[in-house]
Amino acid sequence: MKHIKTIETKNLCESAKNGGCGECQTSCQSACKTSCGIANQQCESKKESK
Amino acid sequence: MIHQYKLGGFNIVLDICSGSVHAVDDVAYDIISMYETAEKDAVIAAMKEKYANGEDITENDIIECYEQIEELKNAGKLFAPDTFEPMAGELKNKTRGVVKALCIHIAHTCNLNCAYCFASQGKYQGERAIMSYEVGKRALDFLIENSGTRKNLEVDFFGGEPLMNFEVVKQLVAYARRVEKEHGKNFRFTLTTNGLLIDDDVIDFANKEMSNVVLSLDGRKEIHDRYRVDYAGNGSWERIVPKFQKLVEARGGKNYYMRGTFTHANPDFLKDIQQMLDLGFTELSMEPVVCASGDPSELTAEDLPVVLEQYEKLAELMLKREKEGRPFTFYHYMIDLTGGPCIYKRISGCGSGTEYMAVTPWGDLYPCHQFVGDEKFRLGDIYEGVTNTAIQQEFSDCNVYAREECRNCWARLYCSGGCAANAYHATGKITGIYEYGCELFKKRMECAIMVAVAKMLGEE
Repeated sequence: MKHIKTIETKNLCESAKNGGCGECQTSCQSACKTSCGIANQQCESKKESK
Repeated sequence: MIHQYKLGGFNIVLDICSGSVHAVDDVAYDIISMYETAEKDAVIAAMKEKYANGEDITENDIIECYEQIEELKNAGKLFAPDTFEPMAGELKNKTRGVVKALCIHIAHTCNLNCAYCFASQGKYQGERAIMSYEVGKRALDFLIENSGTRKNLEVDFFGGEPLMNFEVVKQLVAYARRVEKEHGKNFRFTLTTNGLLIDDDVIDFANKEMSNVVLSLDGRKEIHDRYRVDYAGNGSWERIVPKFQKLVEARGGKNYYMRGTFTHANPDFLKDIQQMLDLGFTELSMEPVVCASGDPSELTAEDLPVVLEQYEKLAELMLKREKEGRPFTFYHYMIDLTGGPCIYKRISGCGSGTEYMAVTPWGDLYPCHQFVGDEKFRLGDIYEGVTNTAIQQEFSDCNVYAREECRNCWARLYCSGGCAANAYHATGKITGIYEYGCELFKKRMECAIMVAVAKMLGEE
């Protein structure tokens, strides 16, 4: 019996290894302009591991 | 750290530091809640007692479930420790001095007189002003000069109402397009407008040159026209909706957002989202009002449970329409679990005052559009660059570990510490906490992740 379904996600610990390229969109430079969040941003680096 | 919640018929467990998301059954949900505070034998005994009368749960099931949880822990997908704090300043240090985004205040004036405007009808507590081409050109040069190796440069034409200075917007875009290649840059422009001055010329230009267009509409006519009135006091809904519809239709699928504000007058903002959908718009954003404490539009403690419920109902509506083949996007529920930002981005804060700045019509630099008009936050100008290095350092030090409250918050790697301006206005410090905003943000993340889980499991 499988009790847990793990959804495929980006592994944050693995993403630490690549150093961060800084090319992604600035958090507030989009629709909201009044509340900050980064969860809905895209990674611009195609090479970065998931 | 673990965060677990039940929503939309799912038991969801978030492992905050690995970024893992799990959909679990009731037994796993209960075991995970006890896992860190009780020994294995005690957990299993508690589960046996709780599920003694259950039809299908045997002792073997419980032990098997416990072992699955242990496996995930050993694989780094549950109870992963937070080892990221030493990296908190790394990305900012590596990119120190690099500016990649400007909010260009092309017009500190507006043809609407919205009482709830955080920019005080576009004037930002100052005099009315529009930016000249020369100032705008210098702002773009400043951005190019200070962008280092960064290729994609973001420029938002903001106000006030940017279309009140449309000729300069067009000239600046033309200038940027002329020089971007020789500098190895790619400008991404955004225009935020109240819609009144949209015409065929604006539509053609915006659809050709703007990566994104943000259109201000609060939803229902009576809600929109309560605040979004002209100087004669007339509502603007009927004048702008056909213009927005025409622009969006002509946009042919390019990015846009229909962006509304909800206030104390409409904590039941799902009705406004429904109105936007009924008008044919599908890329939606609805934001809580930002206003001074005590303002009549301010969201109250009584509004909070209403708003939280609206977010849940919005998630349900999204899933329902998705199934019906009529999907829509809600800005805050866009979450890409496999391709979202890396850990450096998640812990670095929003970038205001460092990689992102606002430029006034006369060329002053501020940490972001929300600080414009507050002289003590003036960073410098586009001619001399940043001269108030003390203030910039405060923003540079602002990251997810700079706030004690954030260290123990499950949402910290989704919000990156929140909005410095909201924190400042709520507490007097940019490293403070705007608790009301945090509550809304956490609910939005729970809903966004639930929607993503439902979609992913639905595809299996």
